[in-house]
Amino acid sequence: MSEDGFEPKIVAFCCHYCAYTAADLAGSMRLQYPPNVRIIRLPCTGKVDVLHLLRAFEDGADGVYVAGCMEGDCHFINGNFRAKKRVHYAKKLLDEIGFGGDRLKMFNMSAAMGPRFAEVAKEMVERIKKLGPSPIKKAKAQKGGDES
Amino acid sequence: MIVGERKPIEEIEAMIDPFEKIIVLGCRECVTVCSAGGEKEVGILSAALRLSREQNGRAIEIKEFALERQCDHEYIEQIRSMVPNYQAILSMACGAGVQFVAEAYPEIPVLPAINTNFIGVTEEQGYWTERCQACGNCVLHLTGGICPISRCSKSLLNGPCGGSSDGKCEVNKEIICGWQLIIERLKSLGQLDRYEEYIPIKDWSTSRDGGPRKVVREDLRL
Repeated sequence: MSEDGFEPKIVAFCCHYCAYTAADLAGSMRLQYPPNVRIIRLPCTGKVDVLHLLRAFEDGADGVYVAGCMEGDCHFINGNFRAKKRVHYAKKLLDEIGFGGDRLKMFNMSAAMGPRFAEVAKEMVERIKKLGPSPIKKAKAQKGGDES
Repeated sequence: MIVGERKPIEEIEAMIDPFEKIIVLGCRECVTVCSAGGEKEVGILSAALRLSREQNGRAIEIKEFALERQCDHEYIEQIRSMVPNYQAILSMACGAGVQFVAEAYPEIPVLPAINTNFIGVTEEQGYWTERCQACGNCVLHLTGGICPISRCSKSLLNGPCGGSSDGKCEVNKEIICGWQLIIERLKSLGQLDRYEEYIPIKDWSTSRDGGPRKVVREDLRL
């Protein structure tokens, strides 16, 4: 638990061919990484859409990241580049509405990078802990506080 | 198709600010193809608007819906039963669609979520360009299939002008001179003699100069 008790809920959209396998490897290697990360397996990060990213935030995620293959190593040639552009678009949109695009990030890793997967999970949890709960949760908490 | 793009989110937020319950209404025609106002864009915009409002502690109820077209009565009728339950309709159709929905439901504000840009084509995924200005008097048969009205920055009928250099327009070096394209096309068609013929002054009354236009086909009317 962090000092103020905030444990962020983080959704990770992971490519089956790299980040998801890297997560598996991290498990096999008995590497510890924060349990805050909920993984959603995708056939390729090229499957991810702006709508999926926004819906994750709507449904209560404090942070979201997309983890795809190393650039140039996508099994579908350029799915990770497409994901990168969509993540960029969604970040811009989140900034425009004042939600904060820095709650969303794209990472690249290979299937052999189990330790990197654990590192990324820790990095993202730290980043979101610094940012605090999602603005929606903050607003709800404030409203609840006002009413009581 | 008609090409449009979503208005800046701030502008949309300001428009819907007074409302707590709205319909975000997409159109499955042109604006779906140009990824401006189809079903998917309805989802994205609605999610963004909900996030924006919820973080400010002012939840908004959004009904996401997309019609086959917003420029035909029969499709617009499909939302008649749901309209009374909402305070405004945010239409993601072109200007024509927004207006037609507004005409059908005069009791509720109908707001535009996209800017309608032009009649154009998909050059490639995510890249659209203008091809037609709906002048109402087509001259493509005279100009090798390239429209001088929409492709020439000055809409000259007997170009190019002195602003054409190295095949580019003086307005912007990224714009290809429409008349350069016409000459090249006529050359490849072996119809360069057409270039020698003057195109007479255009009757612009078929365009916007004649006021709002209409097409009536008595043979088709019921």
